[in-house]
Amino acid sequence: MTDVAHVEPVHEEHESTGVPTLKLGMWIFLSSEFLFFGALISNYLLYSNRAGFEGLYPAEIYDIPFTSVSSFVLLMSSLTMVLAHNALSRGDQHGTRTWLFATAALGAVFLGGQVFEFTEFIVNYGMKLTSNPAASAFYVLTGFHGIHVAIGVFLLLSLWGISHRRGGLSEKSGLNVEMVGLYWHFVDIIWIVIFTVVYLISLPPA
Amino acid sequence: MTATAERPATTIFRRPRSKTGIWSWITTVDHKRIGIMYGYAAFAFFIIGGLEAILLRVQLSQANAEFLTAGAYNALFTMHGTTMIFLFVMPASAAFMNYLLPLLVGARDVAFPRLNALSWWVFFFGAIFLYSTFFFGTSLPPIGPDAIPGNLPDGGGPGSFNWISGSPDGGWFGYQPNAGPFYSPGTAMDYWAGGLQILGLSSLISAVNFIVTTFNMRAKGMRLMRLPVFAWMTTVTAFLLLFSLPIIAVALFMVTIDRQFGSLFFAATAGGDPILWQHLFWLFGHPEVYILILPAMGIVSEVFPVFSRKPLFGYSAVVFAGAAIAFLGFGVWAHHMFASGITPVAQAAFGLATMTIAIPTGIKIFNWLGTMWGGRLRFTTPMLFAIGFIAMFTIGGLSGVTHSIVPSDWQQTDTYYIVAHFHYVIFGGAVFGLFAGLYYWFPKYSGRMLDEKLGKWHFWLQFIGFNLTFAPMHWLGLQGMVRRTWKYAPEMGLEGWNQAVTAGAVIIAISILIFMWNWARSRRRGRVAGMDPWDARTIEWMTPNPTPEHNFSEPLEITKLDHFWHLKYDEDEEGRPRRREDADAMLEHLEDVGNNPREPIHLPSSSFFPFLVGLGVPIIFYGIIYHTSIAGKALIVGGILLILASCVGWGIEPVDEPHYGDHDEEHGEEPVAEEGELVDD
Repeated sequence: MTDVAHVEPVHEEHESTGVPTLKLGMWIFLSSEFLFFGALISNYLLYSNRAGFEGLYPAEIYDIPFTSVSSFVLLMSSLTMVLAHNALSRGDQHGTRTWLFATAALGAVFLGGQVFEFTEFIVNYGMKLTSNPAASAFYVLTGFHGIHVAIGVFLLLSLWGISHRRGGLSEKSGLNVEMVGLYWHFVDIIWIVIFTVVYLISLPPA
Repeated sequence: MTATAERPATTIFRRPRSKTGIWSWITTVDHKRIGIMYGYAAFAFFIIGGLEAILLRVQLSQANAEFLTAGAYNALFTMHGTTMIFLFVMPASAAFMNYLLPLLVGARDVAFPRLNALSWWVFFFGAIFLYSTFFFGTSLPPIGPDAIPGNLPDGGGPGSFNWISGSPDGGWFGYQPNAGPFYSPGTAMDYWAGGLQILGLSSLISAVNFIVTTFNMRAKGMRLMRLPVFAWMTTVTAFLLLFSLPIIAVALFMVTIDRQFGSLFFAATAGGDPILWQHLFWLFGHPEVYILILPAMGIVSEVFPVFSRKPLFGYSAVVFAGAAIAFLGFGVWAHHMFASGITPVAQAAFGLATMTIAIPTGIKIFNWLGTMWGGRLRFTTPMLFAIGFIAMFTIGGLSGVTHSIVPSDWQQTDTYYIVAHFHYVIFGGAVFGLFAGLYYWFPKYSGRMLDEKLGKWHFWLQFIGFNLTFAPMHWLGLQGMVRRTWKYAPEMGLEGWNQAVTAGAVIIAISILIFMWNWARSRRRGRVAGMDPWDARTIEWMTPNPTPEHNFSEPLEITKLDHFWHLKYDEDEEGRPRRREDADAMLEHLEDVGNNPREPIHLPSSSFFPFLVGLGVPIIFYGIIYHTSIAGKALIVGGILLILASCVGWGIEPVDEPHYGDHDEEHGEEPVAEEGELVDD
């Protein structure tokens, strides 16, 4: 989605702030995304321990050890993302390819974990989207996070595909890798907040 | 690197080349053309929303009238509000921002030209989606509170062609659970929620684009504190959009998921919290008010200095006041909810916060007055509209402050006093400001002037009609006439003023007809503007009229605020402006170079993909509404595939391809151009 107006500059300094236009755009976009998840997390906190709902509360059935493992997997994917970018800046095409793929794979493992978790909750515990407002808030919050991870995996696999062309990823594509990296780290940071606030701290009503 | 310049890059389609005709408009990435399309679309919806208002006024011109049914009245006020806010004032502001922002910062286009086209097409298809509810949507009687939560009513399929019954009728604010699945079954409110979601996406993309444009695309020497105020207000508005749209996006997703998939966010019978909707909606909805007004404030800040022949009084104060309004605007949302049962502490806090907004607003008003003070005023039509803006907006602002006093607000809630207030702010403020901008910048768009005589007729009729329409609503409201109610009893004694209000609405309609006539005539036969018809101050007037496709032909070096003015004028011994001797020669030179650039100029190439991605978005939302059927599922999958495929095409086509074999070192450095190579190999 690179889309920089690369017309002949009317002015000499092409980027008035010195930050690449694409990168600035990504930062601005991500600042908006923080409020998106902020609203979703607030919804969950509003309902997570409100007494009197029918059925199970999400906080009653969390499998913390399992989610800890899948959270660790997602956090490690940020490390591999950094390694991919680092490899590219050293001109190591093979390393870039490997680490990009590893990042996508770790993201896919996390998504698999989420599918397993949802299935477990729905089938074994009977806590559905339609059970009560707390369950609704849980599924919609973690579901939207999952969609973000899935988009990230799609972007990573696209980069990985491009990296197989003759000559591999060029230095200029480094900006694209950095963009996907920024997005990926954002998705991870949001998960750190979700895991802490939604899984670890929030309790069902006493 | 330059390899791409020598052979055509591989794309799915042949790159669109035409400069005229329908395809050139569908594939354009030129910010000026996109702005023009926004403008015409916004005006079309202004007419539609206005006709809806006229129907409402006909119903209210008599006590106990039978012109509209209660349901039709609900439908019309819902669509009037939704249309005027999301389909008229916002895109009309976007039209000015698109057309002017690159010109004001001294650039050839926005930062991301294709994303800019995407914003427009998402808006366009979103608007069509919203209005298609009249053809496909259904609005059924409530199922009631006894319905079982989690067990959704059958929404009914497409095919109800009764245009009123297909309209959303839950108000532009869509309060829950009234607009939820049990009290508003049928699909009309799904069209409303989906339509707003799509329009929000469009504005979010624009916001990112405008912020990056202001920060990164400025001409040499164009420091932030030398930016024209309209560029500043565009940026501030973009930040408001950036931070408020994700919140309404979440709220609208919750409504859609409640309605379509049975979640229970707002289902009061299952413990869901209707007040949550109000918080989320107004957390967006109040910044939205400033999203509507700040661009108009930017416009009049350009108009006053030009027609007062003085620099803007307190430039930096005006800029910072704009930013302060935006910042405070995020802390006052609950003043829309004083009657909703929030705690006294919250009421006091939000009441006080609301009062503080009057401070930066007052700073702006006094600075505009200070600009006119002692100036050589020219009462042209744009100036009249700008002065009308100050007067009307001040009245609306003052009645707004009365809402911050909580006990007073309880009396006013849901009465016509509120209707009067926000029409003074949005119509008297934003719309007067937008008309000032239209008259002022019309030469940039057409190369001709709008007729001044007709313009003055338009202004005075609109001014009188506006006040006749909305001033009596203050006292109607204080006498107890309630909003959103289709009838009032004859013994309430409200009929007389209501007839005056309806007459005022007709006068406004006549004034708009005059404007349309003026526009249609002046576009072809108006006086030719030439260079710099208003003796303006800012750099957009350094280009010929109409603006050439490439905006600026020569590099700019900005040395001062009001750069263009200082190129034309210096000061005499007493500090009065004195026109430089070479000013006219400079204008001639600018016109000549502007129209006949000395070197070939590269511009971003047209593209099909923004149109296609934009087309995919409403397809998904149609699919969500009918997701229980096979056709609905197919639409979701089809829409996603269309978007993904278009994104791939977007990614592999270079931003700009040299058109006629002119090679350019700069060009090959574009990262996407290399992805084009990939497919070539």
